Amino acid sequence: MQSLSVSGICKRGLLVALGVLLASGSHAQQQDFSKVKIEALKVRDNIYMLVGSGGNITVQIGSDGVLIVDTQYAELSDRILGKIRELSKGPIRYIIDTHHHADHVGGNANLRAAGMTVSGGNVGGDISDAGAGAQIIAHENALLHMSSPPAGQPAIASAALPTLTYFTPKKDLWFNGEGIRIMHEPNAHTDGDSIVYFRQSDVIAAGDVYVSNQYPFIDIANGGSIQGIIAAANNIIDLIIPVYGQDGGTLVIPGHGRLSDIGDVINYREMLTIIRDRIQDLIRKGMTLEQVQAAKPTADYDPRWGSSSGFWTTRQFVEAAYKNLSAPQGK
Amino acid sequence: MNSPIRGVLLLATAVLGCLLTSAALAEKNLAGVWTGTYSEDWPDRFPGPELGDYGGLPINDADRMRALSWSASLIALPEYQCRVHPSDYANSFADIRIWEERDPVTEKLIALHLQHFAWQTRRTIWMDGREHPPEYAQHTSMGFSTGQWDGQVLTIHTTHLKEGWLRRNGAARSDKASVTEHFIRHGDILTWTVVVNDPVYLEEPFIRNRDYKYSVDNQVANYSCESVVEMVRAPGYIPHHLPGTNEDVKIFAETHGIPYKAAMGGAATMYPEYMKVIRSLPVPPPR
Ligand SMILES: [Zn+2]
Repeated sequence: MQSLSVSGICKRGLLVALGVLLASGSHAQQQDFSKVKIEALKVRDNIYMLVGSGGNITVQIGSDGVLIVDTQYAELSDRILGKIRELSKGPIRYIIDTHHHADHVGGNANLRAAGMTVSGGNVGGDISDAGAGAQIIAHENALLHMSSPPAGQPAIASAALPTLTYFTPKKDLWFNGEGIRIMHEPNAHTDGDSIVYFRQSDVIAAGDVYVSNQYPFIDIANGGSIQGIIAAANNIIDLIIPVYGQDGGTLVIPGHGRLSDIGDVINYREMLTIIRDRIQDLIRKGMTLEQVQAAKPTADYDPRWGSSSGFWTTRQFVEAAYKNLSAPQGK
Repeated sequence: MNSPIRGVLLLATAVLGCLLTSAALAEKNLAGVWTGTYSEDWPDRFPGPELGDYGGLPINDADRMRALSWSASLIALPEYQCRVHPSDYANSFADIRIWEERDPVTEKLIALHLQHFAWQTRRTIWMDGREHPPEYAQHTSMGFSTGQWDGQVLTIHTTHLKEGWLRRNGAARSDKASVTEHFIRHGDILTWTVVVNDPVYLEEPFIRNRDYKYSVDNQVANYSCESVVEMVRAPGYIPHHLPGTNEDVKIFAETHGIPYKAAMGGAATMYPEYMKVIRSLPVPPPR
């Protein structure tokens, strides 16, 4: 995070083919990773947030081993692994991908190879190379995007692909003494987003449906929508119980940005809802995209959330929201 | 121990104690309950500011738009009902209690704690020289504060604040703000000066002073807040005014005969020279 903004991250996520990044580090020349330091922030007793470059990583440790949510870039895997080893010597058992973007799954293959799946019983035959690496869990749509890269892009290495997917609203697992609920947030940042709720630790790893540092990237090409992002924020708020007012209690690890709690997610939801309402109102008045842009419906939030340069500018955010909201289904 | 030696030791201890106390005199003792003293700032401190009164606030265009979009119905939503005053505002409202946390062996001051009557929030001001956490650490309503004595003035630096407000009428203060405070004690009178620097929403630093009197008898009253559903709303509904549609914000200017433009604030409205400008501005029709 220190060396790359969300815009830069998303730029990589789109411009660099996922498979390329995952299969090898040869296409990483756009970014110099040499100065990136992986830092760990303690979130709760056995939960840490790793900050480096790319999406935040959540690490849960305990007697069963290590579970991580997202893997940043392949070039950083050694450093990420080194940091994880400072926290726990246990095997990496599970990797959960919040979605398919390269800045979140780039280290899949490396970190999987460093781990070991919990396998046997009636699932022993499901994975031919069980035991060779950690299980990678993702929503089915995330796997679809990773396994079918856009035309002209090289295929992804199979070792980097999710090994266990779900297509239902949720998937549960029990690990390190707590229930972990993986919930699908439909058509939000993409159409394959998962949020991960650690019920005992009371921590939510939100992926990119909640970011604290820039207008959220709405990946329309991969099924994203502003309505879905707002719905995801509302779902997260529903899960959170604060200590008092809007402070403390359930903590939220954003896809990008700082460790958050309900107050931050409420402000994010408020900002997005108000902007959505304004753009919807302008669309109802029959305005074209150009007219909506000229009306500056985000002007009061721009100094905090906007950007006039880089991959994901305020204009592109407004354009994506306009396209979503003027589509027939209102998506 | 025989008594002459004991006497010498006692004397030495007393001398040393006096020396240390004198040395420590540069630091004031702020511990105790302090009661707000109110004068012309009463309406702003207790009942709260009127809607549409942003005069004297160095807010920029973006914050003005936030303020004009703000609807007071927002605080009827359960998740907003107990939203606390941020630490750069909470002192303004009623009484405060300050107490010290000292190392039991060395008596070194580790932290000052401050409790506000408003929402019963408590904050810690670290006095042990620790560093502020990295930017990606959690932000809170109270923020992360470190303090030091500049002579007899306690100066506090606060970061890691969540978004709050400059006034309880929609004028937002962003989470990118940093705050410097000074606590200045003159006998039984305590002055709190707060300087808000907000690169997102302010044209210039916003400075506010509040006075308190040392209280011998008072305690800070209990203040509890319980969120309830007051009315059934559509899920995800956020009350706000679409740009250009908020007529309520004109009431203040019309009631008091203040030009609309002056009521909308901005750095210029902080300065005495602005009185000349006000006279040149059209006064709205009385309500
Ligand atoms: Zn993403």
